[in-house]
Amino acid sequence: MPEHNHCQEFLSQISDYLDNNIDPLTCAELEKHLVDCPNCRVFVDTLKKTVYLYQQREADINIPSEVRERLFKVLSLDDLIR
Amino acid sequence: MQEREPISIKALKAGDREAFAAMVDEYSPKLYKLALRMLGDPLEAEDILQEAFLKAYRGLENFRGGSKLSTWLYRITANEALMRLRKRELDTVPVDEPLLLEDGAEIPRELKDWCCLPEAELMSAEAQGTLDIAINSLSPALRAAFVLRDLHGLSTREAAEVLQISEAAIKTRLLRARLQLREILSSYFSERMERTSNART
Repeated sequence: MPEHNHCQEFLSQISDYLDNNIDPLTCAELEKHLVDCPNCRVFVDTLKKTVYLYQQREADINIPSEVRERLFKVLSLDDLIR
Repeated sequence: MQEREPISIKALKAGDREAFAAMVDEYSPKLYKLALRMLGDPLEAEDILQEAFLKAYRGLENFRGGSKLSTWLYRITANEALMRLRKRELDTVPVDEPLLLEDGAEIPRELKDWCCLPEAELMSAEAQGTLDIAINSLSPALRAAFVLRDLHGLSTREAAEVLQISEAAIKTRLLRARLQLREILSSYFSERMERTSNART
């Protein structure tokens, strides 16, 4: 990839496509291209999955309670911690 | 970014401790996560978090309300993190990225479909470690765009305000970050797929 012009066009618009930020006509054209082009299909699927995996990982992270307590202390707000 | 802003700016500016505590309460989880992803180190992330709120406290009188409170806090934290990274990487990696893609610079190479790997493989400790290595290999400029847009859900406009660059620059950096991460994860997971199929035969 890119094997032909459609692939290059797809690549240039991939971020907008992922963010649902393209007009419906262009979107329909890109999706038609995806049906015909296995390489671009794998590319877009793995790109979506990449973002998804990071989002999943992020959802599991929280501020540790001791970090929060020390922060309130540094800010002299420890009497107001909830 | 969905957001309630119940905290009174007027009370904050007047030095109301309860309002400030409410602000810390609401935003510290997000800002800690931002700092942690930017620095990749819990101790440094905590340091950045404390420094950011101390700066916010001292800078409140200059907060004009032209941007949202959250954007302003994100900006202070992102600046602290980027400054720390600049110090760390002064002689090694350039912090700023060229705005334009070079022709062919970002053409995908790995095209094996690893999406079908079982969730347990995708979420294994080893895979999570690879995710960390990959994100830490991004330049700070690309990492910041990716973290703000894809992990914190800021709009292009909000991310541009936080990093004080154009919306076009955010889009370019986000694209490059996503492509680089995909490439690294694809190499890793393709290899995993081969290892798994070799083990079966």
